[in-house]
Amino acid sequence: MFDWMMNLFYSLPTVMQILIGIQLIVIPLMLAVAYTTFAERKVIGYAHVRVGPNRVGPRGWLQPIADALKLLTKEVILPTNANRFLFLSAPVLTIAPALAAWAVVPFFEGGALADVNAGLLYLLALTSLGVYGIIIAGWASNSKYALLGSLRSAAQLVSYEIAMGFALVGVLMAAGTLNVGGIIEAQSGSMYHWFLLPLLPMFFVYFISGIAETNRAPFDVAEGESEIVAGFHVEYSGMAFAVFFLAEYANMILISALTAILFLGGWLSPFQGILPAAAFDLPVIGSLLDHGIHWFLFKTAIFLFAFLWFRATFPRYRYDQIMRLGWKVLIPVTIVWLFVEGVLVAFNVGPWFA
Amino acid sequence: MTFELVLFYLFGAILLGGALAMISVRNPVHAALFLVLCFVAAAALWLLAEAEFLGIVLVLVYVGAVMVLFLFVVMMLDINLAKLREGFTEYLPVGIVVALAMATVLVLVITRYITMDVPERAGPEYANTEALGAILYTEYVYPFEIAAVILLVAIIAAISLTMRKRPDNKSIDPGKQMAVSREGRVRMVTMASEKKKAPRRGGQGSGADAPGSKDESK
Repeated sequence: MFDWMMNLFYSLPTVMQILIGIQLIVIPLMLAVAYTTFAERKVIGYAHVRVGPNRVGPRGWLQPIADALKLLTKEVILPTNANRFLFLSAPVLTIAPALAAWAVVPFFEGGALADVNAGLLYLLALTSLGVYGIIIAGWASNSKYALLGSLRSAAQLVSYEIAMGFALVGVLMAAGTLNVGGIIEAQSGSMYHWFLLPLLPMFFVYFISGIAETNRAPFDVAEGESEIVAGFHVEYSGMAFAVFFLAEYANMILISALTAILFLGGWLSPFQGILPAAAFDLPVIGSLLDHGIHWFLFKTAIFLFAFLWFRATFPRYRYDQIMRLGWKVLIPVTIVWLFVEGVLVAFNVGPWFA
Repeated sequence: MTFELVLFYLFGAILLGGALAMISVRNPVHAALFLVLCFVAAAALWLLAEAEFLGIVLVLVYVGAVMVLFLFVVMMLDINLAKLREGFTEYLPVGIVVALAMATVLVLVITRYITMDVPERAGPEYANTEALGAILYTEYVYPFEIAAVILLVAIIAAISLTMRKRPDNKSIDPGKQMAVSREGRVRMVTMASEKKKAPRRGGQGSGADAPGSKDESK
């Protein structure tokens, strides 16, 4: 059955294969986004010692579907004197990079839509494009709160991108390749070969910058409810607002997935090299212990949970503190660690740089 | 015509159209956005020419960082177009001379390569990033390093030019904030417990007898 489907798949024209591949990524991703919003409300609910949404469907499981239907049927209001074209293209410009970046993410061995040589650069370039949606939304809304939100967000994203880029340079130095699949291969061996240990400072810098890049708490000054109402998307309603929401959560999942890939070895099994080889030959447990997409999803889920956990835990940073953390703490940390890594690479410190 | 050639002309047309629109639209924000469009189209052309490193870095650096700051500034500016147009006829002759000189140089450069064969495809093994890196760090290592140092000097110069102590600056030193301890802020006092006074008639001025206000006297 499976072989028959694979044969059918490979007999299709290339364009069809790519389109089917895109569907296979985007549809589960959108479902994951919907249920991340549900998980967020539940997790924060329990963190606040309340129950969270529990009315729509069994135990509230249909809540995200109900939310989506509600947003779909609401009116998209265009503010007076707003630039119509830019106002409506801003949500599209936000979500397009958030989805396009998934093209180079390998879900399992060889399981990336596009196995690009310069995959890491592609990811960095696309995550830096998301800011346009926010800036254009803020400007085209013809509203001062939206403009203030977009300016805050632009400054924040440009600042944290540098730290993020340096952290990726660290990964690239350790892996010796820009190919995302190659970076995972470079971490194979055992759990101790993952880049988490040798690049621990880079790992923290990357994840913190990732939270800042997605405009999530505690770095969500771009939305700052108490100061600028809702920031850049204050004038958006209905589906236009929902698209911003989708993009934010798709970006969260992307950052979690990338952290899992770059520092925790993506689809690599943590038991590789620790359990005897015979353990992987066991009927059902063996395939669970072995490499596979389930490890990738599990590692991604850990970081996704951290996003929600941080939101329930930390108070929002003040704006000057955000800038200080980005420029005066994270960037120096990465520069120092790049020097350390250079020394480690030069002296072939094993097992990572051997 | 192959599919690649179609893409080449498509992105070329977008690039030219975007460039024309950039210098002709009235709104400066729209002009900046058209420049972004030009960069993206140029990046696509570079990708078609198998220079993926250049293409992606163009998007990363110019679109993702430089133009964001550009837009940032343009949105904040209150540009008075009428004032900008002042003296247009006065400077027109000088402008025409400069434009003609630039146009001649451009034509002289471009006409040397006005027609060109479609370049040979490099194989799938070719990696532009590696090829550029290999050349940049061997043959051109000194120019590369010197350019980096010049940029560093520019950064430090820009920072030192703008760095000054402003007397009206109310920013707080985060180091001092972090060093705050409870002992420095709270003074514990021991005092006899207060007797609750009977509320005055009329309800006025009861705030003065609020328990908290007594702490200051001890």
